[in-house]
Amino acid sequence: MPVHHFIPEEPLVESLTDALSTPLKLYPTKPEKVYVFGTCLVDLFYPEAGMSGVVLLEHAGVEVLFPQDQTCCGQPAYTSGYKEEARLVALAQMSIFGEDYPIVVPSGSCGGMMKTHYPRLFEGTEHHQQALDFSERIYELTDFLVHVCDLSLEDKGERTKIALHTSCSSRREMKTTDSGKLLLGQLKNVALVEPKKVTECCGFGGAFSVRHSEISSAMVKDKVMHLSNTKADAFLSSDCGCLMNIKGAAEKDKSALTLRRGEHLLSFVARRAGLIADGVEV
Amino acid sequence: MNARQAILDKLQQSSLKRIGDGDVIPDRPGFQVMQRERKSNAQLSQQFENMMAKVKGEVIRVPQEELESRLNAIIEAKAIKTLLLSPESPYKASFSGLLDEVRIYDKAIESWKEALFNDIDAAITSTLGGIAETGTLVLWPSVSEPRLMSLVPPIHIAILYESQMQPTFWHFMHHHNWSEGMPTNALLISGPSKTADIEQTLAYGVHGPKELVIVLVEE
Amino acid sequence: MSTTTGSFQQRSDVAIQDKKLRANFLSAMDGLMEKRDLAFDDKTQLEALRILGAQVRQNALVKLPELLVELETKLTQRGVQVHWAQTPDEAVDIIQSITLKEKAQKIIKGKSMVSEEIHLNDKMEQVGVTCLESDLGEYIVQLAKETPSHIVMPAIHKNTAEIADLLHEKTGIERKEDALYMTEQARQQLRKNFMEADIGLSGVNFAVAETGTLCLVENEGNGRLTTTVPKTHIAIMGIEKVVEKLEDTAPLLSLLTRSATGQPITTYFNMISGPRKENELDGPETVHLVLLDHGRTQMYQDDELLDTLRCIRCAACMNHCPVYTRIGGHAYGFTYPGPIGKILMPHLEGLDDTQSLPTASSLCGACAEVCPVKIPIPDLLVRLREEANHPNPQDSYIKGAGIKRHGMEPVLWSMWRWWHQRGTRYHIMTSMLTKLHFLQPSKLAPWTNKRTLPKMAKKSFHQQMKARTDRLKKGALR
Ligand code: SF4
Repeated sequence: MPVHHFIPEEPLVESLTDALSTPLKLYPTKPEKVYVFGTCLVDLFYPEAGMSGVVLLEHAGVEVLFPQDQTCCGQPAYTSGYKEEARLVALAQMSIFGEDYPIVVPSGSCGGMMKTHYPRLFEGTEHHQQALDFSERIYELTDFLVHVCDLSLEDKGERTKIALHTSCSSRREMKTTDSGKLLLGQLKNVALVEPKKVTECCGFGGAFSVRHSEISSAMVKDKVMHLSNTKADAFLSSDCGCLMNIKGAAEKDKSALTLRRGEHLLSFVARRAGLIADGVEV
Repeated sequence: MNARQAILDKLQQSSLKRIGDGDVIPDRPGFQVMQRERKSNAQLSQQFENMMAKVKGEVIRVPQEELESRLNAIIEAKAIKTLLLSPESPYKASFSGLLDEVRIYDKAIESWKEALFNDIDAAITSTLGGIAETGTLVLWPSVSEPRLMSLVPPIHIAILYESQMQPTFWHFMHHHNWSEGMPTNALLISGPSKTADIEQTLAYGVHGPKELVIVLVEE
Repeated sequence: MSTTTGSFQQRSDVAIQDKKLRANFLSAMDGLMEKRDLAFDDKTQLEALRILGAQVRQNALVKLPELLVELETKLTQRGVQVHWAQTPDEAVDIIQSITLKEKAQKIIKGKSMVSEEIHLNDKMEQVGVTCLESDLGEYIVQLAKETPSHIVMPAIHKNTAEIADLLHEKTGIERKEDALYMTEQARQQLRKNFMEADIGLSGVNFAVAETGTLCLVENEGNGRLTTTVPKTHIAIMGIEKVVEKLEDTAPLLSLLTRSATGQPITTYFNMISGPRKENELDGPETVHLVLLDHGRTQMYQDDELLDTLRCIRCAACMNHCPVYTRIGGHAYGFTYPGPIGKILMPHLEGLDDTQSLPTASSLCGACAEVCPVKIPIPDLLVRLREEANHPNPQDSYIKGAGIKRHGMEPVLWSMWRWWHQRGTRYHIMTSMLTKLHFLQPSKLAPWTNKRTLPKMAKKSFHQQMKARTDRLKKGALR
């Protein structure tokens, strides 16, 4: 087992420098079919975001498969330090996406879990290679739409100003910070504004928001402030955890009136493109 | 078992276990990232000067033949009254008219600590060279130029030859073969002493010199 | 030993309400982040340099036992006396016996976090030896009878007005909210102490095995005075601080100063390779080096936790940490605050005393993104959470492992696992939840103290997808 794992096999700084100056991410060509991994938050709280993702994928000509046996990526247990529990749930997920299609996820942090943490989770177990192979197939849904599907959208909505919250996992795990911007760029009536301190965490962090609720609340309060200072009509996020956190705080914070409207990026885009109306596929 | 043995044993056990697990000791890393484009001495000294200026180091360019007279001018301009020199300094005589006193650092610190801390305005030292990328002087204090000369007097005047410029610290140590052996003390000095410990406000001249004057000799 | 009382929870709850403290940290951290960013203008070069930094440190760790012996041999040849300590108490004993032998009354100190780690000042006070901090920030903190709140900028929690009050009250200088004036006054106050002190005590940033050289990074010159003027110099360092070759210090120095304060280099880089030689006119007559273990060999045993030892104490992780910025350094309650503290203190003090530290993070990853030696801090936090819940603590390397595995939590997680391990069970649970969505409570503390709860869907995504698939199938059949 290679233990000093961060040391690249060939420690040639020159080649690394070259590699670093070009994007490291590789995308497949547009496949016929993809799996969608819905995530538990989308399942229970934001099904519209999931449906929007599905509709957008199919609009781009990709057939969506949704194995009904999927549940949760295991992140809640993983970040709480219950590795065995996380592993068993993760293993169940890995076994139900049998064909070699990409697996797209409408939430950055769940995607981050499956892409970057599954390998660590299974290190030293018989499933390590399986986890490595599985993680290669994970894409964030927005990112997949932008970089793999050549999606073209028509904006059917009114002029509006939107602030985008980019999540930590999309930034630092999935490296997909730009995809939301690129997708929204297709909507000609949408002006995008960037809030101050855009790279700072909203304070969600799963159990952290409950265990250290005062710290978490202070963080989300600032996030709401920066977002509402943009004077945008609404804010978007492609991460359900952040969305739940920021929207929840904005709704409670009387000073952040403009921000009452917050939704998942995918719901917003599908609605503007006229693919979803009142939460129903058209 | 003594602490030394206990610590080393624990570390060695872990090392052996790693090797037993098939771990190989990796080669030393490559330092390509430290390499720099080739630059002329003039370019390097320009870079040095720019960097020094950012940290309030005063660089005065001087042709070799004017060195002595320009040092005189500096002493006059800075109103230096008591000057500390190395016993090997060639300028002892030439300054004496300008100053109240020229002190020579020729006895152990213990016998004149008070005077060194309280009475000296400035000291002149040589340097081993300069580092362009960071605006840094390299000093190897010695028997004739003890460590405190560049530290205790409020003004430190350092003589630097343009020909002794290297692009980075890494180049400097390799050029001078430092891995062969180091003196008791070696120093990199980049500007007068400073602090930002009070609410990030930069203040010069905390415990070391308040002014650093670099006489950059062009040959 | 915790440096303040109460639990992390209590301390952070109090700290977060302190508006002035938060403003002080916010502006300081914003400034430091910007300076770092400007200092690394070429991001490709930064990445390459970080890789080299990590490699250089890892290389040293892989060879740690041999390098420590080499360092000891080289230093001994050059006349430095090397001591080894497994625990803080042993380190204190060593320093006390040196003081006793030298009949020393007064120690002047350069900045050293390891000396904070072993609570040296208090311990020396107990045997009647005064330790005086000479780094301006440390001096301020000592006058206030506090501990450093930041590992590079010890007094960062105080603003100019507070420092003006403090210096006025404790040293009798005029109260002026003027950093330059106060700095000059502190210079005057400390100067005579450098002359009078019997011993100078300092930390070490890097120790080079190849040449037997102790390297110190500083701006003020107090470190140089400390290691040059008194007739005895004692340096203290953690055993991980060694590097193999002199050239290894070049990338590390460049990463350290730029990551810490955005400076291309500090004013002084002081390389010490032995006491004053015959004929030399200054420098200490005796030099001691104290090598401290204190939990480091524990980290060393584990391939993942080993990464913690790469740290060069630049503080970039805390400067970029949204939690640190909001609660400040003291709320952590231990010598090293911020992200590095969270992954380090559990080894130094045991998870039993530090169990709240690894959980106090949203795992946002800002720390790992800037760490100059690429320590995967969030992964290590997760690892420590796993250790705290370890089902078989006897198999763990870490003191206090399994401490949190009690009460209802493990049971709840095992129930969670049961529901999520099979699609069929999960469907039963979610369809029950969506059917009963109107029963969803509107309050669920502490979440709803500051937020609303999202509304549970009437039909889950699974259900909608099932209906959709059925619809499409029918359509296809028709
Ligand atoms: S963990 Fe990394 S960023 Fe934090 S102090 Fe250590 S080296 Fe610096």
